[in-house]
Amino acid sequence: MNDNSWQPHCPVGVSAQTERITLAHGEGGRAMRQLIHDRIVPRLRNPNFSDANDAAALPALQGPLAFTTDSFVVSPLFFPGGDIGTLAVYGTVNDLVVAGARPRWLSLSFILEEGLPLDVFDRVVESVAAAARRANVEIVTGDTKVVPRGAADGLFITTSGIGELISPIPAGPRSLLAGDELIVSGPIGCHGVAILACRENLGFEPAPTSDCAPLVEVADALRAAAIPVRAMRDATRGGVAAVLHEWAGQCELTMRIDETALPVSSDVRGICELLGMDPLHVANEGTMVIAVPAGAGESGLAALRQVSLSKEAALIGAVQPRGIAPVTIRRSLGVEQPLDEPHGAPLPRIC
Amino acid sequence: MKYVDEYRDPHLARELLESIRRRSTRPWVLMEVCGGQTHSLLRNGIDAELEGSVELIHGPGCPVCVTPAEAIDLAQDLALRPEILLTSFGDMLRVPGTRGSLLDIRTRGGNVRTVYSPLDAVELARREPARQVVFFAVGFETTTPATALAVLQADAYRLENFSLLVAHVRVQPAMEAIMQVGDCRVQAFLAAGHVCTVLGYDSYVEFVRRHRVPVVVTGFEPVDLLTGILECVDQLESATFDVVNCYARSVRQEGNSSAQEIVDRVFEPADRPWRGLGTIPAGGLRLRPEWSRFDAERRYGLAAMPSSGCAAECRSGDVLAGRIRPTECSSFGTRCTPDAPLGAPMVSSEGACAAYFRYRRADCGPHTAPRPAGAATG
Repeated sequence: MNDNSWQPHCPVGVSAQTERITLAHGEGGRAMRQLIHDRIVPRLRNPNFSDANDAAALPALQGPLAFTTDSFVVSPLFFPGGDIGTLAVYGTVNDLVVAGARPRWLSLSFILEEGLPLDVFDRVVESVAAAARRANVEIVTGDTKVVPRGAADGLFITTSGIGELISPIPAGPRSLLAGDELIVSGPIGCHGVAILACRENLGFEPAPTSDCAPLVEVADALRAAAIPVRAMRDATRGGVAAVLHEWAGQCELTMRIDETALPVSSDVRGICELLGMDPLHVANEGTMVIAVPAGAGESGLAALRQVSLSKEAALIGAVQPRGIAPVTIRRSLGVEQPLDEPHGAPLPRIC
Repeated sequence: MKYVDEYRDPHLARELLESIRRRSTRPWVLMEVCGGQTHSLLRNGIDAELEGSVELIHGPGCPVCVTPAEAIDLAQDLALRPEILLTSFGDMLRVPGTRGSLLDIRTRGGNVRTVYSPLDAVELARREPARQVVFFAVGFETTTPATALAVLQADAYRLENFSLLVAHVRVQPAMEAIMQVGDCRVQAFLAAGHVCTVLGYDSYVEFVRRHRVPVVVTGFEPVDLLTGILECVDQLESATFDVVNCYARSVRQEGNSSAQEIVDRVFEPADRPWRGLGTIPAGGLRLRPEWSRFDAERRYGLAAMPSSGCAAECRSGDVLAGRIRPTECSSFGTRCTPDAPLGAPMVSSEGACAAYFRYRRADCGPHTAPRPAGAATG
């Protein structure tokens, strides 16, 4: 088990005196009020925060809005490069970003398992606060529930987010045309490999690190350079392959990528080789796929490389008339093959 | 990445392809034994590039694929006992038995956990003394040493809550069985590189002499595979039959003697049913009598694993014996896909049907629809 993780049935590293979440923390009385006012509010306070009311009153905005929600159940709670708190902020922020919005406000709901050490909870709330500052969003409302021991895995978080759509809004994958170019904003597969190595205690040195990060600056860089983005999508569960399949399904064209063009860090590549996994199927949390019109790929890359998060962006392929499969990959020896849609979580091979 | 990139060099691979085409005067029939080799051949399109020069028949070297459905049923029975935690490799969890897979059992309350090594299962048993941890031990000689080591560790820790459901198989008896088949077309073997890393290749000398077929120890990257194929073609063209090591960066003639010694201490050869191939004499391993306290079949009074069939419409036996290509099965890509497999070769990352589905189904028509049964295939 990783030293930083916490699991309810494994008391390693947690002394008997540790203060813990109890069912009382979720039952609306003094314990709950103290939890919120002593441990959450001071860390998250901002002008729009609804510390007394059930709903936040938000100022009017000029244009159309984007609204999204996501739940986070990652195990272990802490991993190299992030934790469930950073993930809960950046996940929802990135969903807004790829819709063409500037994220503004988030809600934050916890489901806590009875017995969770309070210092673990504090660390997660600190992470949420730091991530919100980095992504320039405000947490404006929230909720806390406690479930009996065994009914959850430490803690779960749900965040919902409101963002301000910024013109020009990408028309989305249905607008893709043959010839459009496909970009990834950075090395792929980092998050999934980091989680797997940490969860299963695979003992890689140095431990692979998640790419968990807000994509706000990356999208801003594209807008600032007036890159005509047709579609953007953060390549989370199912990895880049899942995004390409979804796009191919929506535009009924083929997404054709080149294996030799894929940015894969040497640690992710090595671990995937060892476990028999394809980095294209592995989750990311701070990497997106971008489609731009034919000829705009190079200027898109130049814009992306101005931002440290996307300095390793790469042109990985192009949209083509529907060919042998919805998504194809050109292997290093030149053969073009269908690229599978991921099925469930990748299972490591035997030998 | 060192030891990988240089063996994927496209220029070198093309030169080797050209050499094979030039050297081959007729289409020789080769069997690559290991499922890892099958996937690499198809992934890189090597089989298609060599059409007319070399025909590749895909061997039974996928441990998940040849594990009898009944063995999976036994594992499921164990996983449903409340006191037992059943552990195995991830690959094994999706393989259907006669009543679904181990993953299905987990959704119905069975205790199943993926481990990355049998030693992880020993560690689980140490950490959870109140639970009986059973490791479902599958795999060829590549994985057997780790299982043997797990037994020795469990013994050193005096664990009473650790046992094995053994379904380990041995490569060479399967190659013998293939050569015994009346209509066997195999003219040369690409021997499985990783198995030879453990066992060495002395044992093939007698095999080659008896069957008069070249056996070439071969790795898994395109350049490895093409080097092995060229060596086979060279031998066949000059009517010589030798054991040659084309995977020298991993394989020594004598193999890994300490791994062999551990396996030999813990296991002994035994007749073993293979999915689709029937019982192969000495085709598997069982615990030696002195280690039988770690035998889950004995501990839980399980009936011995019967000889295995598979879903009536699944032709995995023909695929595993090299009689048909996966695409010639009428269920391929329609009633049998990796999401809903009828047989193990469609599940495993080493399975021949999964390899064809992943890399070659486009040759069968638009997207996933294969040609009708009996039609010629790519």
